[in-house]
Amino acid sequence: MSQDIQRQVIEIIAEQAMLQPSDISLDATLEDLGIDSLGLVEAVFAIEETFDVQVPFNANNPAESDFDISSVRSMIGAVEKLVAGRG
Amino acid sequence: MRRVVITGQGAVSALGMGAAQTMEGMREGRLGIKPLDIKDVDRLTVRIGGQVTGYDPAAYFTRQQLTFYDRFTQFALLAAAEAMARSGLEITEELALRSGVVMGTAAGGLHTQDDSYRAVYEAGKNRVHPFVVPRLMNNAAAAQISMKYNLQGPSYAVASACASSNHAMGQAFQMIRSGMSDVMLTGGSESMLVFGGIKAWEGLRVMSRDACRPFSKNRNGMVQGEGGAVFVFEELEHARARGAEILAEVAGFSMTSDACDIVSPGREGAARAMQGALRDAGLSPEDIGYINAHGTGTTANDKTETAAVRMAFGDHADRLAISSTKSMHGHLIGGTGAVELLACIMALREGVIPPTIGYQEPDPECDLDVVPNVAREVKVTATLSNAFAFGGMNAVLALRSAP
Repeated sequence: MSQDIQRQVIEIIAEQAMLQPSDISLDATLEDLGIDSLGLVEAVFAIEETFDVQVPFNANNPAESDFDISSVRSMIGAVEKLVAGRG
Repeated sequence: MRRVVITGQGAVSALGMGAAQTMEGMREGRLGIKPLDIKDVDRLTVRIGGQVTGYDPAAYFTRQQLTFYDRFTQFALLAAAEAMARSGLEITEELALRSGVVMGTAAGGLHTQDDSYRAVYEAGKNRVHPFVVPRLMNNAAAAQISMKYNLQGPSYAVASACASSNHAMGQAFQMIRSGMSDVMLTGGSESMLVFGGIKAWEGLRVMSRDACRPFSKNRNGMVQGEGGAVFVFEELEHARARGAEILAEVAGFSMTSDACDIVSPGREGAARAMQGALRDAGLSPEDIGYINAHGTGTTANDKTETAAVRMAFGDHADRLAISSTKSMHGHLIGGTGAVELLACIMALREGVIPPTIGYQEPDPECDLDVVPNVAREVKVTATLSNAFAFGGMNAVLALRSAP
């Protein structure tokens, strides 16, 4: 299940970065990947649609959101927590 | 006084992709109205329209771009690209500050609204795409054009229903004439051919289920179209200095209000708008060889417009030609005046007046020379383009041959 979440989150991020999923490193930041604030908002939307969760993310102030976007790894972890909380 | 000329044109309509294709359709009297190909068409009572078919957005735009471009914005950007290429204009850093965009649209991103309402109401979803707002806003098309060409002067959208484009182009004209800017990209675009958009129009009971037959006694309503057109308006000396090809001169503009009824057209307001445009252009009624009519194909509009032309032109009303190209491309609502300006440019440049097709039966209340069914070759040196909107808002542009 967890591997599955990781794969899907990476696919979502890769689409916004216009890269292949295999090119996405877990330690990469959004900035490394060239994803701007609009790309992030779209990625959050895609995550919500894919996993049927509500992401606690406010685009007006991303740093203060509960959703940790500091790296690809942290985003995957945050999504895993949301998915676990869903059940 | 500063003079304003047109140095670029671009269009998308049911008659084709591009201004040349649209004008060729007008010249041939081609019918662009056909059965609608949209979702849930079986739940509509009106099932025809001037739809842009054979168009694949992915052939022109990237996926990232399309997340921000509603269909009305796509049409505007395609028309703008064509107009900019035709003008040969280079937007330098200096010129960027003296250039802007005014675009007309009545409904803005209606596809985006329709899709999003379906998502939350029909599919029961609790969220919509994050860019719904920047995609549906009425100024989206103007904004995307200004961003694409780095036009940093005045930019905004104008909404006055069926007169939106004419109001937009009139504003752009006045800005250049008054010295506020040197170059304006202007026109309008619209795409209301979605279930919700047509359902709304059905409610008014002014739509035809079979054809748009302006000025014909058996006319039975309007038919919606979609698309848009964009023009490069430029200050005359600026255009001359760079050796640009001048397509026509924007000679005058006038806007009036009936201040009477929200949907019924008024004769006096329309007549005052035509007279005002002539006065503003320094033209006399006898100078006008062609009027591109508002000509919606409704009973009320066509007879009122005929009476207004008689009121404004007196005896000359029987010596000028007037036609409605809506019979071919449908009524593009907020984009209609822009596409129809091409008919005026064609008359001035090529001496070809596009016909009113679908004309079957003379109506004593519409007894002008409406150029029935077949285009006509006539030398024309000045034209008017009429737009009379719901809300009693009238906007008329006067064009003159290139100086």
